[in-house]
Amino acid sequence: MSNKNSQNKHEIVEKNIGLMAILTVFAISFGALVEITPLMFQDDTTKPVDGLRPLNALEMEGRDIYVREGCYNCHSQMIRPFRDEVERYGHYSVAGESVWDHPFQWGSKRTGPDLARVGKRYSDDWHYAHLVDPRAVVPESNMPGFPWLAENRVDTSLTLKKLKIFRDTFAINPQNPAHPGLGYGSDEELIADVAKVDAMNDGKGATEMQALIAYLQQLGTHLK
Amino acid sequence: MTSFWSIWVIVLTLSCLIILFGLLVWNLKNYAGVEEGESCGHEFDGIEELNNPLPKWWTYMFFATFAWSVYYLAAYPGLGNWEGLGKWTSSNQGITSLAESKQAVEDAHAEGRFVKLDAEYRAADERFGPIFSAFAEQDIETLANDEKALEIGQRLFAQNCSQCHGSDARGGQGFPNLTDKDWLYGGTPDKIKETLLHGRIAAMPPWGAALGEQGVKEMTAHVLSLSGRTVNQKDAAAGAAKFAMCAACHGADGKGSVAHNLPFGAPDLTDNIWLYGGSQRAVEETIVNGRAGVMPAWKDILGEEKVHLLTAYVYSLSQDK
Repeated sequence: MSNKNSQNKHEIVEKNIGLMAILTVFAISFGALVEITPLMFQDDTTKPVDGLRPLNALEMEGRDIYVREGCYNCHSQMIRPFRDEVERYGHYSVAGESVWDHPFQWGSKRTGPDLARVGKRYSDDWHYAHLVDPRAVVPESNMPGFPWLAENRVDTSLTLKKLKIFRDTFAINPQNPAHPGLGYGSDEELIADVAKVDAMNDGKGATEMQALIAYLQQLGTHLK
Repeated sequence: MTSFWSIWVIVLTLSCLIILFGLLVWNLKNYAGVEEGESCGHEFDGIEELNNPLPKWWTYMFFATFAWSVYYLAAYPGLGNWEGLGKWTSSNQGITSLAESKQAVEDAHAEGRFVKLDAEYRAADERFGPIFSAFAEQDIETLANDEKALEIGQRLFAQNCSQCHGSDARGGQGFPNLTDKDWLYGGTPDKIKETLLHGRIAAMPPWGAALGEQGVKEMTAHVLSLSGRTVNQKDAAAGAAKFAMCAACHGADGKGSVAHNLPFGAPDLTDNIWLYGGSQRAVEETIVNGRAGVMPAWKDILGEEKVHLLTAYVYSLSQDK
């Protein structure tokens, strides 16, 4: 059991789990320091593209419905710079489009098509028909239907909070010199925006369908 | 990347490689104090640890990965702002608008440099460009009888149009059937091409508030009577009296925008073809809430030459063969 050779420093690491943990963290931190840290401080990856605007109240709720229903499991939002993808979906995605997308919806799997630039590609009516029953418009589709979205009302109890979190955490406001004149306004303006959602459909409030379609219709439209 | 971050990346990447290399070389020596293959002198439950070094082939593979990393960092952009000897880039990163993207492509072409995506496009243009240009010079009537052109058109249709108009182009509720001779904006090659290039936005206003419940019932009766359906004659007559407000788009006779050479895309109400359904209930719904038909513009997405072929395909669908 004894250390026959005092030169065998490896044995120190083998027998000291705390030291090994520290050295492991040191070793793997190189990757993060090189590949992640610089991205947080570069214009390329932190500056919004021209015309990018933060989501309004209705779209913000639509985005959360997109997440809740697990759309990202089958739809990516990331057009790679390959000709076959650019021809099909439009201009490849760039970092500046995702600066306010938290958590990002890039996805990793395409059972359905990419949605990064689906905005304004189809009419609202098409989305409605398609989300209720995809096979009503695309008989070959294997997407599930989401008919309940047309009946459920959007719960706006947390909408204001969400908008404020985005505004304050990411400094998305018109005073920010990084994107002058663009972004969320005062509390009053946000409250009015939420009230608009509640006032839809003669005061019954927006349906989840309307929120999701509003979210989809703005996707990727600034680079189109 | 600013030079600070560039240096940051270079220093960390290289020092990581150097440390790893040192670690590997250092570990190749025998520090255990016993011969290779001999026991290290400890055992648990009869299991002994022998002093077995890494197999040679494994060690060589390790060195090979270092050689690879040196080659990679020299040839490709990996070390900060160093663009690599191969000057390879996948795409124009960091653009913030379409204009910038187009400018970047133009600049690269002017300098004779092509990012990978541009190179892919150039190769495709060389291969497919002449085919499309040859078709673009022929008129649409000719192409509508050209098997090869229709084959390409059909593929383009399946890819881009079938989502709304159906893979058989027969449409659906709210999405026009393209195989009949009933057109909202005209079925001549020129009109079809215009529709495809620039898109169409149709707006039937809601009349529910203006007409009231009884008015809607009467108007529905009149609209259904236009295509010879059996309706309550009294209601239909009352509806006919108010049809003037519909005539601006549908024409006084209800034969639709195309018949009257109007650009509104208002359907012919006399042919018993119903875009949004022809039941009494569907027509009532249309009158009360209005309709908003949207055809997207394809000029920027597909380009003029592909739209030309697509036009030929769509045109061919309604021609008697």
